[in-house]
Amino acid sequence: MTPGQVLEPRTYRVTRADLVRYAGASGDFNPIHWNDRTAVAVGLPGVIAHGMYTMALAGRAVTSWIGDPGAWIEYGVRFARPVVVPDDDEGTEVVVTGVVKTVEDSLARIDLTVTCGGEKVLAQARATVRV
Amino acid sequence: MALDPSFVGRTYPPTDPYVVGREKVREFADAIGATGAEGAAFRDVAAAKALGHPDVVAPPTFAVILATLSSQVLIDDPELGLDFSRVVHGDQRFAYTRPIRAGDRLVCTVVVDEIMTRAGNDFLTTRTDVATEDGEPVVQVWTRLVARAE
Repeated sequence: MTPGQVLEPRTYRVTRADLVRYAGASGDFNPIHWNDRTAVAVGLPGVIAHGMYTMALAGRAVTSWIGDPGAWIEYGVRFARPVVVPDDDEGTEVVVTGVVKTVEDSLARIDLTVTCGGEKVLAQARATVRV
Repeated sequence: MALDPSFVGRTYPPTDPYVVGREKVREFADAIGATGAEGAAFRDVAAAKALGHPDVVAPPTFAVILATLSSQVLIDDPELGLDFSRVVHGDQRFAYTRPIRAGDRLVCTVVVDEIMTRAGNDFLTTRTDVATEDGEPVVQVWTRLVARAE
């Protein structure tokens, strides 16, 4: 990895079934992630993905770029916009791109851009990994 | 309702150990879609060892399970005044000493890092220090929740 390097975009499809599976595995059963009535009642456009699910997808992209899932030093994001997941077989798509900002002492800092429908869903998304 | 700012700095007693199981790591890896070759080090001991890990490692966001479990006592405290029906996840950050791996017996210590109110929104930041039972630091987890203005 070298500073300025643009990492190959990764695209992940997200359906309602994925959210149900993530709810079970993570223990986050907040109904805004599986129940339209609840989501709409609290002012959301519909069921949204867990922020931590989106963060996990961006993490998968980083791991795919570096190869070792145990090389993490730091990982942080701000949840800027919800990922709305329609109740159909298509779901939606999350796209993760990355740019290497710095490489020092075998540590690479990668700035991530994570979008859904062309809009940024994560802000200040950064990973520092051992390379 | 504003949050009680006197909670800042409060440290909760260390939790009972959370024992990380291979099947839980596998389940979590499946749930984030890290299957096949991509998820080998999450499910296959030999693949993890080939990368220098003593057992399967957990994906980087796995620690949020422990942080959520251990901060529940704070979130549910009526004295804090957090209306969970208005809560959204604001920020999330992890600082890793090493990956969580199967067989770890992890103890969590929750600290209330920050409480503030801005434009009617309440912000609560917790830090969870995750360490082994023997005191080896593993990961620190910062979670910021936002209770939106009514």
